[in-house]
Parts: sequence; structure tokens; C-alpha cells
Amino acid sequence: MEKFILKYFNLIRVAIAILIGIIISVCIIYIISKEPGISLKSLFLGPLLSKSRFGNFIETASPIIFCGLAIAIPFQAGQFNIGAEGALFIGAVVGTAFGVSTSMPAFLHIPLVLLVAGLTGAFWGFIPGFLKAKWNTSELVISLMLNYVAYFIGLYLINFHFRDKAAGYLVSYKLPETAWLVQFIPGTRIHVGVIISLGFAVLVYYFLYHTTLGYEIRTSGFNINFARFGGINVFKVIIIAQVIGGFIAAIGGMTEVMGVHRRFNWQLSPGYGWDGVVVAIIGRNNPLLIILSSLFLAYLRVGGRILNLLSDIPSEMITVIQSIIILLITAEAFLANWKYKITVREAKAKEVGNEPST
Amino acid sequence: MGNILSLKNIVKIYPNGVMANKEVSVDIEENTIHAIVGENGAGKSTLMKIIFGEEAPQEGEIYYKGKKVNIKNSLDAIKMGIGMVHQQLMLAPDLTVAENLILGIEPLRYGVFLDLKKITKLTEESSKKFGFKIPLNKKTRDLSIGIRQRVEILKVLMRNAELIILDEPTSVLTPQETEVLFKSLKDLKHHGKTIIFISHKLKEVKLIADKVTVMRDGKVISTNDVNQLDEHMIAHMMVGRKINFKRIPGAKKVGDPLFTVKNLSYLNEENIYVLKNINFEVKAGEILGVAGVDGNGQTELVEILTGLREATSGQIFIREEDVSRFSPREIREEKVAHIPEDRMKNGVAEHTTIEENIIVDRYYQDHFSNKNLFLDWKYISKSSEELIKKFKILTPSSKAAILSLSGGNIQKVVVARELSSNPRIIIAAQPTRGIDVGSEELIHNLLKDARDNGIAIFLVSADLDEVLKLSTRIIVIYNGEIVARFDDVNDITQRDLGPYMLGVKKKGE
Repeated sequence: MEKFILKYFNLIRVAIAILIGIIISVCIIYIISKEPGISLKSLFLGPLLSKSRFGNFIETASPIIFCGLAIAIPFQAGQFNIGAEGALFIGAVVGTAFGVSTSMPAFLHIPLVLLVAGLTGAFWGFIPGFLKAKWNTSELVISLMLNYVAYFIGLYLINFHFRDKAAGYLVSYKLPETAWLVQFIPGTRIHVGVIISLGFAVLVYYFLYHTTLGYEIRTSGFNINFARFGGINVFKVIIIAQVIGGFIAAIGGMTEVMGVHRRFNWQLSPGYGWDGVVVAIIGRNNPLLIILSSLFLAYLRVGGRILNLLSDIPSEMITVIQSIIILLITAEAFLANWKYKITVREAKAKEVGNEPST
Repeated sequence: MGNILSLKNIVKIYPNGVMANKEVSVDIEENTIHAIVGENGAGKSTLMKIIFGEEAPQEGEIYYKGKKVNIKNSLDAIKMGIGMVHQQLMLAPDLTVAENLILGIEPLRYGVFLDLKKITKLTEESSKKFGFKIPLNKKTRDLSIGIRQRVEILKVLMRNAELIILDEPTSVLTPQETEVLFKSLKDLKHHGKTIIFISHKLKEVKLIADKVTVMRDGKVISTNDVNQLDEHMIAHMMVGRKINFKRIPGAKKVGDPLFTVKNLSYLNEENIYVLKNINFEVKAGEILGVAGVDGNGQTELVEILTGLREATSGQIFIREEDVSRFSPREIREEKVAHIPEDRMKNGVAEHTTIEENIIVDRYYQDHFSNKNLFLDWKYISKSSEELIKKFKILTPSSKAAILSLSGGNIQKVVVARELSSNPRIIIAAQPTRGIDVGSEELIHNLLKDARDNGIAIFLVSADLDEVLKLSTRIIVIYNGEIVARFDDVNDITQRDLGPYMLGVKKKGE
């Protein structure tokens, strides 16, 4: 039993963290809601109760999956690049700009727009990566700051150069239909980008665990001294991991624009990049688990929106629940004592078996 | 005289499951200099952290001045009169010496303002009292390490420490600075202080300590008066392995020089010459052993030879080719294998599987991957399983995590990888450190077989028995210099090497 706990400790810990988060939120709902039954139903079952809500749930998960992957690759390389938000934003801006300025058949337009967005994001990942590899600057600080740079440059480009003045609010021109991603389930906005995100998750999984470059990335992340000792070019790995991350985040932003809004309409940074950090951590940087954690987070998000519409509880509640869960999962010390006690017992049992060794 | 500190049956297990102290009991007599010696990882530093309240033991009792105490943190320890000078000095570089000295015990005026006059007075008085000549108004960052260390000691004294712990204080000092330190320590003893002195330099222990405790593998081996022991006896207790001393049969066919090092020097970040003008060559079919006490430049030398560190000057040749500026990958492509001295730092990634560790130097080669793109896990598993069998690694499968293996088996994984890379030169640093006798025997035999197959082996070991058992020729390194060379090892014993290793004797080149 104790061996089992040690082996699956992280999974057990995540499950307990989620459970505690849910229990706390149920308690809070009971305290502040006049109709706790309806509130609980909206929050926990809401996303399943109609086709369009279910569609919302799936469609919300897609950019989160992209960003989770975008964060997971640098994280696996031991690089704490949290620039997915900026890469997603600037990638979508430049991709949109390219999309509205060109016209060609769809089979060319769609991949080209995605590619332009992706390359922009890749450049956004290259900056902190190169600075880290060359001068050992903190990729965390640089990528965080670049998020603001991306946000303001992006707004400038959209609002001053690609703004659709015919629309009543601050948005870009509409993308030509040749650059739309099809919404293929009637009654929902589930679009081809969702499938692309799942495809990317599988691809990234294969990339990390079955290619030599993926091996280099993971090995550098586990022990960079060992990687260098074995002859891996860690300079290259540090940069490439962040370049790929930026690329994927930007594709995520672009598919959202091409599949849902069909024009760039973000005046606030959408926050998917931060969700990406969250799902990457919950999914332990494993692309397949990131699909699950993204669905989990999207479910909570949509449930929160429904809760906000149909009950007397503000959707901020959801942020509280998420925060509790994430806090518990990321707090290394949570349940660490429990694990430590088991470890101590195991170590002692082993020691008894080994005596005397002198 | 009574004991100022008694430790009884201290057990410390770290969260990763390592048992660093196993039922350790030590008595520290008042007003003595008590040395604690042991190899890296013997548990010395952990024990000191427990005394200073930085780590909590799982079991055991601590008695200070006869009373049982519970030291929860270092503030507790300081209040009781225990002070510690860490190996890494802990001073604020931008403050002056005086400011550093009174940090945390600042004399105040009106409860708010620093009383500068009093600070000057206090610090001057203390430095005079203990005979420390220190420029009180200089910024700490402008001082040499030796002086900074004296600031630390004075800082501890100003907090009225009775018992002072010095963690490897001489490891960062030049010989002259060490002399000054030792004089101060003797003065402090005259002032009635008790000093715990951690070291693995036995000459220093003989020179300064009254008592010595030897630790090995988390346990106390013995505590004795220093004058009852000589350096060899201490060294033997420190290393402690049963002396299974039988030299392996001499090399049969020694060939041409394969690996040549010329005038190699290395200046570290602190501007100290860690390696000075190193010259040697290793011939095909021989084992060149490097004897020396740990920390005399061996680590840096091996890192330079394997491309992990760049030499300040000098050249390295493999046959005729200058490989001085080669990357680790390029060095490995020249068929150089490297068994690193710290297997957990360099030799493995502990959270990954055995097979992922075995392929780190070859994953990009044919069979292991398809054109350096896609890994062939089937082939990798198959070849890893073969190595597991051949090198007798105890594990259920090649997909087991390194973390689940014992130290000896982890080392076998490292050795299996390095020896199976088809090398013509092997650089082996501490190849059997901290592993069981069985694994040690196996690795020794493998190195012997490699030698007989015409491989040039460069062996660095702090274990003299190992050096004597395996080497065809021996060089001795002390303080970054080669101080002796023995081309004929047949009649050489530990006693012949000792004086050179400890810097007492030096042989002209």
C-alpha cells in the first residue's frame, strides 16, 4: 500500500486537491447562495445541459490545450517561459493582418495564415530563449515582460492599421472566408481548430517521447548537467524549446480568431496563456494529460459563466475554486509531510535489511 | 573538563529517503578543538546543520552544557551560544565590515536610529579583544576571502558564541591564509571557546585539533585524541573499506601515447590557480592513476579533459589531434568515455528510466534513432536489457527509474553506458565511490579488461587502495600541481604516497 502511494503520489495529490477545491466551493455556495441547489447544478452540470453550452465547453478547451502544450514544452526543458499569452496575442494579430491583406484559395490561405501566426509566435519564444542561452537572463522575467510588449504592439497594429471602421467597436477587418475554419456541428461554434488542437496534443506527445529532439529537451529539463555531460547541445535545446512553445501558442490564438470570431476582437488579453500555465502544471507537462486538464478547466470556466447567468453567485467564485485547486496542486509542501513519513518508514525498513555494512 | 555538547543517537533522513545520519553519538569536550572528518557524503555537514538548528533530526537527543535542548532553528542555536561559519560565506557584500558585524544586533538611539558611534566602539573592541586585524570600514566585497572569513568568525564571536562550528574553513584559503586562521583558532581556544572543525585534509587535523571524530556512511567510526592516531590511520578509518589489497596483474602491452596533456592550467572565478602547469600522457593499454586528497584540482582537471570546462591555458591531444577546444559531444566522438565523479550530478538524470540514461551519448546514432529524428524504443530497450544483463544491474526492467536503484547499481548503469560506447580512452573519476564491495570488484575487473584490450585509462581516485590496485603508473596531485610521478608502482605503498598527497614532500620533475 505504501509503495503504491509513493508511486502514484502525484496523481493522488492532484485528485485530493481537486476534491478539496470542490468541497470548499460547495461550502461557499451554500453560505452565499439563496438557492444553493440551482447554483450547484449550474456550476457542476450546467455545461452538459444543452447542446450550445456543451459546444461552448469544447470550444473553450481548444485554445487552452494549445497554450498548455506551448507551456509544457519549455517546462519539460526546464525553461520557465510563461510567454504563451504574448505569443498567442501577437501571433493572432500578425496572422490576422496577413489574412485580411491577402487573398488566395482556402487550401493555401488557411495554412499560410496559420504559418505566419506561428512564425510570429516562434520569434516571440526565440527572444527569451536566446537571451537565456547566451547570457543566462531569466526567461521567466523576459517572457513575462514580453507579454506586455505583445499586447500593446498588437493593439496598436489592430486599432491603427487594421481596424474595421464600419464595425461599431474596436475590431479588425473580417477575415476573408477563405481563411475561416469551418464550424462543423450545427447549433455550436465547435470549429476545425478544436481538431487541430487535439492533433497538436498527439503530435507534441510523439515529439517529446519519440524523437531525438524531444529526448534532448526532456533530458535537459531533468538534469542539465547530465545533458551537457552526455554531449547534448543545451544551448540549442534551451532556444528550440521556447521557439516551439511560442509557435504553438500563436497557432492556438489564430485558430480561435479563424474559427470563432473570424476577426480579431480582443481588446483585453484573453488569458488563455495563463490558463496554459495552469493546465500544464495540473497535467504535469504531459500532452495527453493536458487535454484532460484543459477540458477540466474549460468545464469550470463555462460552468462559471452559466452560474453567473442563472444564479445569484458571481462568476468570480470560479476563480476562487480554481485558485484553491491550483494552489494545492502547485504547493509542493501540500501532503509532503505525509509522503515524507512514508519515505522515512521505507528508508528505515531498508536500513534494517542492510545492517551491518562495516 | 566536561562536555559542552553531547549528541545521542541522532538519526536524520532526508525527504528523498537518504539516511544521512545513522544513530550518531558524539561528545564535544569544552575548550577543545574537535575535528570531524569523513569523505563527501559521510554525513558531517548534516550533523552540523542539526547542531545549528538548520535541520531537524528524526530521532536522538542533544545535550548542551548538560541540559537536554531542542534546537528549532539557528536563532535558537545562536541564543544558546552556538555559532557557525558556513563553507559559503554569508555576508552582505555591499555593507561595510562593521555593518555586517552588527547585523541583527544593532545598537540603536531612541529605538530607531543606528548608533554609529557605539557601532564603531563595539566592533573595534571586539576585534581588538580577539586579535583580529580587519579593516572595519571597508565594504565586504572588496576584501579577500580569507579576510571575509575572519569577519564571519568575529561576527559569530560578537554574538557571544561559546561553541563555534567551522565547515571546511580551509577549502577556500591559500596556505598562508590557513596559517593565519589556525593561529586565530588557537587564540580562541585560549579565550575558552570550543571549536568544531570540519575537514577532510588530514594534515590540518593533525596540526590543529585535540580530538578527532571519523565519520563514514552516516555513522561515527571512532572518536579519539588526535595524538593517538597518525594520518594514515585516520585516512584508513575514513575510507574504511576492507583492505582487499591485491594489485591487479601488470599491463601486458603498453602502446603509444594516446592521450597527452601539455602545460595545462586553470584559473577559477576567484582568481585562484586550481591547476598549475599539468603535464602527463596516457598510453594505450595502461592505467594512469592520479592519487590525491579530494579537492586538489582533480574535479576541474577531469571536467577540462572531457570538454565540460575550458582550460585557461595549455593543450590536450588525442594522438596528434588538438582537442583542447572540443565540445563534450566532439570529445565523445573521439571515443572518449567519461565516468564522472558525482554520478547524481553528471552521470544520470535520476527521474528518468535506465534506458533513457543509457542512450544519452548515442541516441542520435544509427539503430538508436532513424536519421537522428525518431527514436527506436524497441532497439533501445533491447540493447539496454543486454547491458543490464552483461553488467549485472539489479533491476526489474530497463524501464525502471534510476531513482529506484541502489547507489552501486546506479554506478553500474553509468559504467555500462561508458564502457559500451566502444572507447579508446576512458576517464574514470572516483569510479567506485560510495558503492558496495561487490559492485566495486566488478568495476575494477571491467577496467582491467578494458586496459588489456588496449584502451588508455586515466583513473582519478581519492581511494589510495584503488589507485594502487589498478594503476600501471601513478601521479600525485596536490594543490593543483603534480608533485610526484611513479613509473614503477610495484614497490610503492600508501606510506610512500601519503607525504606527497599531503603536501609534505615534493619530487622534482
